[in-house]
Amino acid sequence: MIAIIGLVVGVVLGLFLTPDVPLSMEPYLPIAVVAALDAVFGAFRAFLDGIFDDKVFVVSFISNVLIAAMIVFLGDKLGVGAQLSTGVVVVLGIRIFSNVAAIRRHIFHA
Amino acid sequence: MSETGTPPRERSGMDRLRRALKSPSRGQAVVGVLVGILAFAAVTQVRLAGKDDTYANLREAELIQALNGLQAASRKAERDISDLESTRDQLRSSTLRRTTALEQAQKEVQTLGVLAGTVPATGPGVTITVDDPKNELSLNHLLDGIEELRNAGVEAVEINDRVRVIAQTSFEEDPDGVRVDGVVLKPPYVIDAIGSPDTLAGALQFQDGFTDDVEADGGKVSIKKADRVGVSVTRTPVKPRYAEAVPGQ
Repeated sequence: MIAIIGLVVGVVLGLFLTPDVPLSMEPYLPIAVVAALDAVFGAFRAFLDGIFDDKVFVVSFISNVLIAAMIVFLGDKLGVGAQLSTGVVVVLGIRIFSNVAAIRRHIFHA
Repeated sequence: MSETGTPPRERSGMDRLRRALKSPSRGQAVVGVLVGILAFAAVTQVRLAGKDDTYANLREAELIQALNGLQAASRKAERDISDLESTRDQLRSSTLRRTTALEQAQKEVQTLGVLAGTVPATGPGVTITVDDPKNELSLNHLLDGIEELRNAGVEAVEINDRVRVIAQTSFEEDPDGVRVDGVVLKPPYVIDAIGSPDTLAGALQFQDGFTDDVEADGGKVSIKKADRVGVSVTRTPVKPRYAEAVPGQ
């Protein structure tokens, strides 16, 4: 319940505050969002599996975001930023898909 | 999780979900905060991606592509510009030609108008006054005078400020004086002639010339040179009935 409230509060804040993202942060934000999304879906799946732990969730959330940002940073430094961020998005996308598939199996038993 | 007392193995994921929705716990607060941060970032990113400054977060390769596209567009625009400029130059030169032709034609109209007597004229020349107190001068005297003026290169002539003398002008005798182009003129005759004043005066004053002839027959001639003689009488041009211009000349 609180998670849903947090989601709504975040959306509303984002819509009404319209924060300016610093230019140096701009390339990392989309990847960080995708990584966080992966962490959230993973956590939801774990919750349905009965193995959810908030400490694990917090750590995985933060480390996912940091690692994704670091990979993009590294890619930019190596000159393969575009390709590497595409790769990160693909990998995270696959993980999100498999997590959603597990969640679906739990909820719809199919 | 909140339901530590019951064995989780026996419950399905759905049951846990339902229960979690009904009874919030401290762990859920952490989850809520993190999910809120995620939502906040996601909304910001969506807003950022939807912004109009399309080039702000493009990478090098994409920028190069965009640059190539822009270069092609600018090349095309430059081609268009040069095409339009050449069209403009063509139009301008044709306008110039037309203007020049028009100016030339207008100048010609002025010149021919002076000769044909359709426009007033002014310029250096002489004013000749011929008086005939004894009424003994004939038309021939006047014709001689006009003839001498023509030989001397006169360009515009009028008599008594009433008649413009041109190539077609007719001269007739009249009991009261002379009839020039159907207009009866009485002495004294005042002839305004535009041309070189010295040449015109000389043409009238040589030995046994016009002046001598007139004075021999009892008339009086005075010739006044002037820097500015006005010939203000004009004629309406008459379209020739028989003569036609030879085309192509």
